[in-house]
Amino acid sequence: MQPLTEIRIAGFGGQGVILAAAVIGRAAAIYQGAYAAMTQSFGPEARGGSSSAQVILSTEPILYPYVTQPDVLVVMSQEAFTRFAPQLKPGGILIAEQDLVQIDGLPAGSRVYGVPATRLAEELGRKVVLNIVIVGFFGAVTGLCDPGALRKAVAASVPPAMEALNLRAFDKGFDYGAQIVAGLA
Amino acid sequence: MHADPKGVLTGVHFMDGDHACCEGALAAGARFAAGYPITPSTEVVERFAARIPTIGGIFIQMEDELAASIAIQGAVWGGAKAFTVTSGPGFSLMMEHIGLAAMTETPCVFVNVQRGGPSTGLPTLPGQADMMQARWGSHGDYGIIALCPNSPQECFDLTITAFNLSEEFRVPVMMMLDECVGHMTEKVVIPEAESIEVTPRRYTKRSPEEYRPFEPQEDLVPEMVKAGDGYRFHITGLTHDERGYPDMSVGTQDRLVRRLTEKVKPAGDGRALYETGDLDDAEVAVVSYGITSRVAQRALQLARARGIRAGKFRLITAWPFPERQIRELAGLVKAFVVPELNLGQMVYEVERSAAGKAKVIPVTHAGGTVHNPDVILDAIMEAVR
Amino acid sequence: MIETTLDIPADARNPVEPFLRMERMPHIWCAGCGIGTTVNCFTRALLKSKANLDKVAVVSGIGCTGRVAGYARLDSFHTTHGRAIPFATGLKLANPELQVVVYSGDGDLFAIGGNHFIHAARRNMDLKVICVNNMIYAMTGGQTAPTTPLEALTSTAPYGVSEPAFNLVSLAEAAGACYVARWTTYHVMQLSRSMEEALGKKGFCFIEVLSPCPTLYQRRNRMGDGLDAMKYYKEASKIRHGAPTSECSLSKSGEIVVGKFVDRERPDYCELLRAQMCQSLGERYAEPEVVCSR
Repeated sequence: MQPLTEIRIAGFGGQGVILAAAVIGRAAAIYQGAYAAMTQSFGPEARGGSSSAQVILSTEPILYPYVTQPDVLVVMSQEAFTRFAPQLKPGGILIAEQDLVQIDGLPAGSRVYGVPATRLAEELGRKVVLNIVIVGFFGAVTGLCDPGALRKAVAASVPPAMEALNLRAFDKGFDYGAQIVAGLA
Repeated sequence: MHADPKGVLTGVHFMDGDHACCEGALAAGARFAAGYPITPSTEVVERFAARIPTIGGIFIQMEDELAASIAIQGAVWGGAKAFTVTSGPGFSLMMEHIGLAAMTETPCVFVNVQRGGPSTGLPTLPGQADMMQARWGSHGDYGIIALCPNSPQECFDLTITAFNLSEEFRVPVMMMLDECVGHMTEKVVIPEAESIEVTPRRYTKRSPEEYRPFEPQEDLVPEMVKAGDGYRFHITGLTHDERGYPDMSVGTQDRLVRRLTEKVKPAGDGRALYETGDLDDAEVAVVSYGITSRVAQRALQLARARGIRAGKFRLITAWPFPERQIRELAGLVKAFVVPELNLGQMVYEVERSAAGKAKVIPVTHAGGTVHNPDVILDAIMEAVR
Repeated sequence: MIETTLDIPADARNPVEPFLRMERMPHIWCAGCGIGTTVNCFTRALLKSKANLDKVAVVSGIGCTGRVAGYARLDSFHTTHGRAIPFATGLKLANPELQVVVYSGDGDLFAIGGNHFIHAARRNMDLKVICVNNMIYAMTGGQTAPTTPLEALTSTAPYGVSEPAFNLVSLAEAAGACYVARWTTYHVMQLSRSMEEALGKKGFCFIEVLSPCPTLYQRRNRMGDGLDAMKYYKEASKIRHGAPTSECSLSKSGEIVVGKFVDRERPDYCELLRAQMCQSLGERYAEPEVVCSR
């Protein structure tokens, strides 16, 4: 893990933005012995059905609680892209729900990864797990968290009855991301 | 005594400050909460409402904050450990009953998750502008205790401390969170029940004939009873004598009010909770609390990287203010830098305690977010100039 | 003139003395005030109800009636203005074996405390609320209360009250009280009987007692002294048990409908809470054990 990584995840309310952020934070803080701080946007930007969460991962105790310039930006809606893409750190990673977001204009040197998370979730029979598909994809393309830790965090973050489905969603997203990374390599 | 395991959610959690505060209250033995919804504090009682029916206790959502803040006191006199939770506008409404709790020496905890004010202000965004209100908000002279956590873990730990202090000193104790700490999610470790110390209520062993409800013990704190045990006691918000009966005499007023103020002083003197770092060689001490202390720590790292000898003094006990510690520090440093999410509140206490022996530089912020660490760094640099 | 000789032993004591903190006598109430009469009725109701007095708590707010808590030899709480009911709510929920009586005045319970009254009635909290209605703020010197009748003179309405007053019994019924009665301090037997009934009934019970304030209300309104008030109560009162509470408004000098208006069964707060929790949580529900260990 890098000394300090700022992550922002944003989308519509109902897409499971906050849970996705909580899984990543939990993986780092509980299962990887690192530090993680998650904050949600309760401010005016949270209105109008949009939702946004911030996670900071670090090898040291986290002091400043907010994300200023994300190393990783995950967007699940066009509005989220429009609002937050300009904040992406030069050379940062953008992960987009590719069927919902059209990408135009990004800081130089950004790496962009698209994933049809909603469609992949639908293939599992439940659209609601798109957030966990994204988490899997995030795990594969960023390499920021240990995949085993992320899987454990998924299991710990959902109700027992939903565990198997969510783990399948995680694996599906992870495999999709791993293929892209392999293709790029 | 140890915590009752029924209320202790032992384990490692990824949890926000509001929820951790609720878990702290449950671990401390709180089995009664009354609340009225208000952002950004509501999560505390939402969790209590979800948890308490399987533990064995009562949550009641009252019709307003006045009701919530006195229902808990009824519950305490019925024998419960009890608390309420609110934010700025609700805290303003609770002031009358903070005074009642102080006057009747009712142990209870008020949690205030501070947001930007005044009035409705910034419901969803952080502030630290209720610090003076916590101390002085109700009319008359009295003492209270206030604690300021800076992480979800401390929201858990200090809520237990708050309950314990309230029982020991028989005072209302304020947990002064801020929106940022309340809504921030981090790792929270909840230990086994047997490693959590819980202060029992100071119930009297005297018979009803011998018992005097407001007779101070050696530490100025009287012993308690609860309703239904045959003591037939009287509690009033009027100035009262040791029997608890109204007495409008100047002498009784003097004895009572001085005692209410004096009895909490040890909580701020030898026993104040604070955290220091890098003060040995420091020319500048940054005094901060709550979320601001974390941002200040970042500024201190930046300052040290530039070779500036700066250290930290983090207030955990805000009230009674650790006057002696600041006074001693004032003889060692050139200056204090005091960042807070208000236009200057605790900085006055620092200034008063420093008594001119060191420069005091406020770093004000009207709230809504946290300081930019660079702004605090600038103040540190100004302080050594 | 017939001379009566009563055979009273020298050490005889008033039968209500055991209920009172005699060391606090004399009380602060004026001559002719009716609050003491209601306390007398209350002690007799307690006596007849055979309640364990160690388990009876009195909670008062602020005002002349607010002082009742201080004179009752019971666990007693003199709280803040208007907030006796929410204090009593916490006390009752923490320690359900207590019989919790709220004893306060009309201004305290229905102006500053009005919101708490309607919500406690809505919840059917198991509290017995006794409201001594003297139609005025007496402790502070005779200001207008939400119960002061139209045209009456008060220190803050020196040209007569123009606001309509609350009909307390109608308000109590509408808000959900399961027992509602009204008497005057002339009706001591009936009042005592109502108090006893309320003590034996579960749920939110409300008793309004009209009581004279000779010092501030009668005098300013040229209604005579305490005795004149008794005469008025005697002449103007009409006992109508079960009368629709909406027809029981009070006026400055008109008819006073008294009696027991409401006596109905409703599950109380604790029963409803328990039923809902059992339905939702089944065996996971834990009965409240609120009292902390010693």
